[in-house]
Amino acid sequence: MSIKVVHYINQFFAGIGGEEKADYKPEARDGVVGPGMALNAAFNGEMEIVGTVICGDSYFNENLEEAKAAILEMVKKYEPEMFIAGPAFNAGRYGAACGAICKHVQEELNIPVVTAMYEENPGVDMFRKDLYIVQTGNSAAAMRKAVPALSKLALKIAKGEDVGTPVEGGYHARGLRKNLFVEKIGAQRAVEMLTAKLGGQEFETEYPMPVFDNVAPGAAVKDMSKAKIALVTSGGIVPKNNPDHIESSSASKYGKYDISNVADLTEATYETAHGGFDPVYCNVDSDRVLPVDVLRDMEKEGRIGSLYEYFYSTTGNGTSVKNSKAFATEFAQDFVNDGVDAVILTST
Amino acid sequence: MVKAIEATGIPVVHICTVVPISLTVGANRIVPAIAIPYPLGNPALEAGEEKKLRRSIVEKALVALETEVDDQTVFEG
Repeated sequence: MSIKVVHYINQFFAGIGGEEKADYKPEARDGVVGPGMALNAAFNGEMEIVGTVICGDSYFNENLEEAKAAILEMVKKYEPEMFIAGPAFNAGRYGAACGAICKHVQEELNIPVVTAMYEENPGVDMFRKDLYIVQTGNSAAAMRKAVPALSKLALKIAKGEDVGTPVEGGYHARGLRKNLFVEKIGAQRAVEMLTAKLGGQEFETEYPMPVFDNVAPGAAVKDMSKAKIALVTSGGIVPKNNPDHIESSSASKYGKYDISNVADLTEATYETAHGGFDPVYCNVDSDRVLPVDVLRDMEKEGRIGSLYEYFYSTTGNGTSVKNSKAFATEFAQDFVNDGVDAVILTST
Repeated sequence: MVKAIEATGIPVVHICTVVPISLTVGANRIVPAIAIPYPLGNPALEAGEEKKLRRSIVEKALVALETEVDDQTVFEG
């Protein structure tokens, strides 16, 4: 008798549609859908996907509690012994959804769960402490490698076998400590690591230091009626026809656009280059993502001192943390040089 | 981007729909938005009403910037 599994995927992997279908409400289908087929094959008869639950990424994240409750009911009906979500690769909303639903199912149904995503997916940091999250590449092109890794760890977890260390098991470190017996005493291991380090060889630390890179909050603006406010967005707002050819995802650049003579972003003048959400509403009125119209009004009324003459824009989907940081470090110098007092950053 | 800008000492307010992501990423002042495809709008509303809604969110963002914070703060309601 194979172990019964319910699989969770988004609207894209279910073949329902892209961003225009991201508001798709939860739906259960018997058997496998999309990537479930390859997972099922990799289970080799030891486990079987008996049902698949599909939900749009935007719907899930915008209606978190309702979506979790509805999906839990659908999952329950199949009486599964294991729950798998994804892989989500570097899709941020999908990763957040996979993590949230895995955690919910684990807590409510008390069955083992596992998901999979790329290290920079925000879902990893949100849920790594709660879940086993298998490491994958950053796009669906890595599916062929992700499937065996995910199915292998899923089988181990379902059968209650030892999953090993994060490196051995191929999952994102959860920050758990486990007592174990080793042959060599600590002093010996430490000296071996040190000599390896001095010799420029690879070694694996037994206690990785946490990375704290939070930034202290900037001081509050004292007099908003004199403040110069700058606008930045990860929503990909660009002048019509995207003159700088900013990529629709995994952006390698940002745009800097003069709005000193712009009071309103219109359908004729601006659009979004972002490929990670349904662009229809934004293309009709880009103020819905970058509120230039309202800030101009506020400037006139004296609520703010002035709106900075440029806005900065890139597409946030799949764009690496490294690139985003480099972009902002560069253009933040303009803010410093031109005396910008505060920044409003909008994300879709 | 929020952090790289704020590293200069200039305060940043992040207007976004998926607040948990913003918290994870490390924004200090967060204002929740309406929806992913239209964070500062709602196509179901009549244009004037929609602009009022947008203004209310921007106003919240300005209040966030006027407020001293020691830690990550979500400016709700």
